[in-house]
Amino acid sequence: MALAKHHRVLPGFGLSTGFTLAYLGLIVLLPLAALAWKASGIGIAGLLQLLAAPRTQAALKLSFGGALAASSINAVFGLLVAWVLVRYRFPGRRLLDALVDLPFALPTAVAGIALTALYAPNGWLGHAFDAFGMQVAYTQLGVGIAMVFVGFPFVVRTLQPVLESLDRDMEEAAESLGARRSQVFARVILPVLVPALLTGFALALARAVGEYGSVIFIAGNMPMRTEIAPLLIVQKLEQFDYAGAAALGVVMLGFSFVMLVALSLLQRWNRRWAEATP
Amino acid sequence: MNAVVLPRTSIWPRRWQRTLLILIAVAFMLVFLLLPLAVVFTEALAKGVQTFFVAITQPEARSSIRLTLLVAAMVVPMNIVFGIAAAWAVARFEFRGKALLGALIDLPFSVSPVIAGLIYVLLFGAQGWFGPWLNAHGIRIIFAVPGLVLASVFVTLPFVARELIPLMQAQGSEDEEAARVLGANGWQMFFRVTLPNIRWALLYGVLLCNARAMGEFGAVSVVSGHIRGLTTTMPLEVEMRYNEYDYAGAFAVASLLALLALLTLAIKTALEWRYGDDLAAHAPGGH
Repeated sequence: MALAKHHRVLPGFGLSTGFTLAYLGLIVLLPLAALAWKASGIGIAGLLQLLAAPRTQAALKLSFGGALAASSINAVFGLLVAWVLVRYRFPGRRLLDALVDLPFALPTAVAGIALTALYAPNGWLGHAFDAFGMQVAYTQLGVGIAMVFVGFPFVVRTLQPVLESLDRDMEEAAESLGARRSQVFARVILPVLVPALLTGFALALARAVGEYGSVIFIAGNMPMRTEIAPLLIVQKLEQFDYAGAAALGVVMLGFSFVMLVALSLLQRWNRRWAEATP
Repeated sequence: MNAVVLPRTSIWPRRWQRTLLILIAVAFMLVFLLLPLAVVFTEALAKGVQTFFVAITQPEARSSIRLTLLVAAMVVPMNIVFGIAAAWAVARFEFRGKALLGALIDLPFSVSPVIAGLIYVLLFGAQGWFGPWLNAHGIRIIFAVPGLVLASVFVTLPFVARELIPLMQAQGSEDEEAARVLGANGWQMFFRVTLPNIRWALLYGVLLCNARAMGEFGAVSVVSGHIRGLTTTMPLEVEMRYNEYDYAGAFAVASLLALLALLTLAIKTALEWRYGDDLAAHAPGGH
């Protein structure tokens, strides 16, 4: 009761919540309702038929498979980069730290054409791959590389604060009790990092699955081979297949919701960790 | 293993191991992040400075720059007002459904940009809910500037709110309550107490919101219709030039966007160094 009275001193409850709800309703909820309504037009049978279509399956497989692979690579290298940035001091460290956010700041279309130029057979890196008879641009490998680019900052930025708050005394205690350094890392450090690592992985995954701009240039967009799910939505829209586009949109949105729930559970786990370790 | 005093960086203190890890991290970031950035500028200038300046001063380039600035000038203020209102509601009051509201604010970050465009097409497009009515009244939203603004508002909606909410929760409301008790009215309290307390975090959120609004591609691409000179923002101009095999022209416009990204990163880093304590902890946000 005291708390409620306390808060009544502050004005603007009605105005701020009213405005927030109206804004979210108009910008987010109403358009999402239109999506659900349009998608329902094709019915369950239509949805199943759409999902069973080889082209849809190929696109979903590429988007989810590519995103899983890219996020796994990001989990490994993100952990390494976060570790190096937090634990070691070397010239250029702060510059490197600022550079981590580049994929957040660089517009996706710019990243898309830059990656394509870089990995095309006549590009700086594509040239080198070409010498080994490998092609990156316009293949699924190219799609994966673009997904690594866009997802990279998530893992680093979720791990950094956790690494900074690690209690070094635990490590020293483990070492003085005779643990090898690899044991200290695997038994003392890694377990504490797991929730944050999973959170970063999930954020990178969600981003990569829905990514469009940085992928479509390097992908080459061949149906059945290098066509990602978001592009398939665009294709359906351009063919005036609104219901099909909406249905595919609902499927991807469903995945977004699952990721949101998973992330909020992870966050709760994270908080419990933080409370359990003083 | 009998050393009693351990150095503070005790894990892998061997010099060569540490150096190796640093080298791998630096190499990874050079190849995956810095090389793409470098390519943008070298490709933009590949055909000479003259070609570059011609490419960025052509009428289509100029109109795309104007449109990008116009869209950002509408999107950013809208999401500033929303961000402040949402942060005030969430950080200062207890009410039922608050967790759900928080999740709803974050939602645009986990939705594919293509879906962000698609939902407005389904709402305002020719076959959408309001399509026939809008058509009858001669109002165009899709394939016009309002559509670009709406799609951009959707994708940048969380930026300001997400910076402000954790900060205002951490700050608590003592200052504001004191102002009220001393007789300030609501707006006086807001402009003299709340706003000064959150200004750096607000600037930080605005910076990120603006960068995304100017650089957004997927969402605006769906609602734009790619009408040259009318509905092509800078990222869309980059795409169109690229698809027309005008690589130098595409990279010239892209280099301007890359400069914007670098400027954003520089200001962001400066804010973090200088006012880190006033920014609270940043959760990483999707962009």
